[in-house]
Amino acid sequence: MIVSQFLVLASLLFSLGVYGLLVRRNAVTVLLAVELMLAGVNLNFIAFESVIRDSLASGQVFTIFVLTIAAAEVGIGLGIVLLIFRNRATGNVDELDLMKW
Amino acid sequence: MTFGDWISEPTNWAFLVMAIPLVLAAWRVVTSRNVVHAALSLVFALAALAGLFILLGAEFVAWVLVLVYIGAVIVLFLFGIMITRAPIGMEAELSHNKRWPAALSALAIFVTTSWLSVDAFGTTKIVDVGVPTSTEIIGRSLLGQFVLPFEAVGFLLLAALIGGVTLARRDDTPADEEAREATADAEAKT
Repeated sequence: MIVSQFLVLASLLFSLGVYGLLVRRNAVTVLLAVELMLAGVNLNFIAFESVIRDSLASGQVFTIFVLTIAAAEVGIGLGIVLLIFRNRATGNVDELDLMKW
Repeated sequence: MTFGDWISEPTNWAFLVMAIPLVLAAWRVVTSRNVVHAALSLVFALAALAGLFILLGAEFVAWVLVLVYIGAVIVLFLFGIMITRAPIGMEAELSHNKRWPAALSALAIFVTTSWLSVDAFGTTKIVDVGVPTSTEIIGRSLLGQFVLPFEAVGFLLLAALIGGVTLARRDDTPADEEAREATADAEAKT
């Protein structure tokens, strides 16, 4: 195995996430696309870790940090989406133009 | 290194077995017209990703991924879908119609990042395939060198917990408050 195959796969995952982030209207599916981008970043970390193999296992430790922060982000993000849905009865990001000039 | 050399390695077969479903499931996540199918495709994609992590020797992280994502985050997503969208089913307007600019920028990002990484790392080989990093090393590293970020992440989770509770609590609307004050006044008069 070469490291490039994992890097290309990771960037494919990341760009699929970017596509979903830009093309989706529903706020929950936008958050799903963000999860895909984070998955691509995690794969990058693990691929480099398997090449470098440092004594601290830094790549894996940072992947755990990314996972933790992603979990916090999903919790807060979905909380905000639910609150907006309760107040405005819509979950579509393009209908939330309250702050648009 | 030709493609024939590459495909003759058995680990690359394992790679393909996990990478192809991963990409297909990721494609379903961003294009599916059904929200629940998108969330369940993410489960599939993350399971394949955990398999790739095991292939790269990161067993602990793979199981953390399975437990945290497939176990908790997806359930959270499904609850979110259930609450925000009563008619679960095909939804034509889950995505908007301007797909080409989005596809173009995603393609530009893909070409740039993958070209740069192939240019920089070329055919750098992963030598010790499938040798797992012991969890002891990760534990010592987390509570040794990385103890400060570890504590910071713990604090962040606490803040997210409090934030989630605050967001989910149903506050009284002004009408509710007036009604309550009115009843309190009425009780005070009697």
